[in-house]
Amino acid sequence: MNEINSGDTAWVLVSTALVMMMTPALAFFYGGMVRKKNLLSTINLSFITIGLVSLQWVLIGYTLAFGASHNGLVGGLNFLGFNGVGAKPNMDYAPTIPHLAFAAYQMMFAIITPALITGAFVERVRFKAFLIFTLLWTTLVYDPVAHWVWGLGGILHNMGTLDFAGGTVVHITAGYSALAFAIVLGKRKWFGRAVMEPNNIPFTVLGAGLLWMGWFGFNGGSALAVNGIAVNAVVTTNTAAAAAAVTWMFLSWHDDNKPSVLGIVTGAVVGLVAITPAAGFVTPLSAIAIGAIAAPISFYAIRLRQKWGLDESLDVWACHGVGGTWGALATGLFATKLINPAGADGLLYGNPRQFLIQLVGTLIAILFAFTMTFILTKLLSRLVGLRVTENEEEVGLDISEHGERAFA
Amino acid sequence: MPKRIEAIFREEKLHIVKQALYDIGIVGMNVSEVRGHGRQGGIELAGRSGTYRVDFLPRIQLNIVLSDHNVEKAIDTICNAAHTGGIGDGLIFVYPVDEVVRIRTGERGHDALSYEGDIDEREEVSIAATN
Repeated sequence: MNEINSGDTAWVLVSTALVMMMTPALAFFYGGMVRKKNLLSTINLSFITIGLVSLQWVLIGYTLAFGASHNGLVGGLNFLGFNGVGAKPNMDYAPTIPHLAFAAYQMMFAIITPALITGAFVERVRFKAFLIFTLLWTTLVYDPVAHWVWGLGGILHNMGTLDFAGGTVVHITAGYSALAFAIVLGKRKWFGRAVMEPNNIPFTVLGAGLLWMGWFGFNGGSALAVNGIAVNAVVTTNTAAAAAAVTWMFLSWHDDNKPSVLGIVTGAVVGLVAITPAAGFVTPLSAIAIGAIAAPISFYAIRLRQKWGLDESLDVWACHGVGGTWGALATGLFATKLINPAGADGLLYGNPRQFLIQLVGTLIAILFAFTMTFILTKLLSRLVGLRVTENEEEVGLDISEHGERAFA
Repeated sequence: MPKRIEAIFREEKLHIVKQALYDIGIVGMNVSEVRGHGRQGGIELAGRSGTYRVDFLPRIQLNIVLSDHNVEKAIDTICNAAHTGGIGDGLIFVYPVDEVVRIRTGERGHDALSYEGDIDEREEVSIAATN
């Protein structure tokens, strides 16, 4: 009964395009926050990731994530080079759309995840080292974790971890890898002593707006079908983003005297992060709580990071790592089978066990992502060098790494 | 000897200062956008979480060259127009000018500075009227 449903296929294809758009959107979200001399470099770190990971995914990434499981740890090589991934559905993952549509949709998730990490090392990373890191990271960190959580037979999947659209696979791995990378790489020159003023906050607002829109494909598309769960995911996504944006506005207003626009759009993104694992399992009312609580958690995580004196430059850890962790745990609180019978009930619906499962899954992902990235960056630091020279850093990476400038 | 007035004041006061100078007959001027600070030493801006201090604030630097006897009047005019009373209103500097040459005609000194209906001509007219 390999029946292709045209509605489901159309929605997954549109969602693929929406999620693809999120990486250039992220480029502008990040680009606006750096200094002018690093604008192109920052935008390119996201943009070139589309190229790199697309190729990696077709060649080996997809099969490592979704190939036949080896002990629940990694996928086998049966889909190497998209071999056998075609017009017929894969009954394990998405029985109503071509297997190739599922693989292409998943590719966009694999792309944006390492792009998220780039916020940690902008304005000082050596481009060559970044290219090698991204290929190694997506192969050795993203692909296995995607297999654990989403792959048939994956260890976290078997344990019952709920991750609707990538709270653990995407945001926790990216956030904690960003933390490890920033620790190994060190601060930007003059960090904490000179002002590093965002060069173009409207770019950041534009990026956040497009991320918000793209997230309807990210979460809504994760239903892999046109049904009530997809609609629920779109509505909870929008609701959580709204709740977090408004909450962040008041936090900024209260603590920093003015409702910062950079703060408001950051809040929206944090709300989107937090709802990601929960979108297809919780009610719109729960989404308000998830978004509203995510905002202060990430807001004060940024303060904490500042107190440490750590130059995790664009707060990938505070927004994605911490926001994603809250989202994963919140899924264990707010999930209900009333929304998604294929899911589970959370603690607030009488199943404290689910909260525990979420906690364990989260801790495993955090430990793995942090440790692997720490080792990878230490190695690259030795073998290739992670940083540009001091002089190149002061000139700015647009000129020193790319021989171009953003504006004439 | 002509004098050059260099006035540094708030961006948002440019059109008011310009109009006030036109009104007293000063028509030639040039402006540039500069960044800097005096005793006020910058301001706090709201960030994502926490504020940050910006040291160099945008200001307008306006240059005019005029006859010695018009300097006080121009200074009064600029002060009135650019004044808010807050810290950061700016400063005015006055310098001597050795020579002025109008490129189109080759005129020098006072001739190079004068326009029909400008501040000097107006004063001559009013002096003639009182005589």
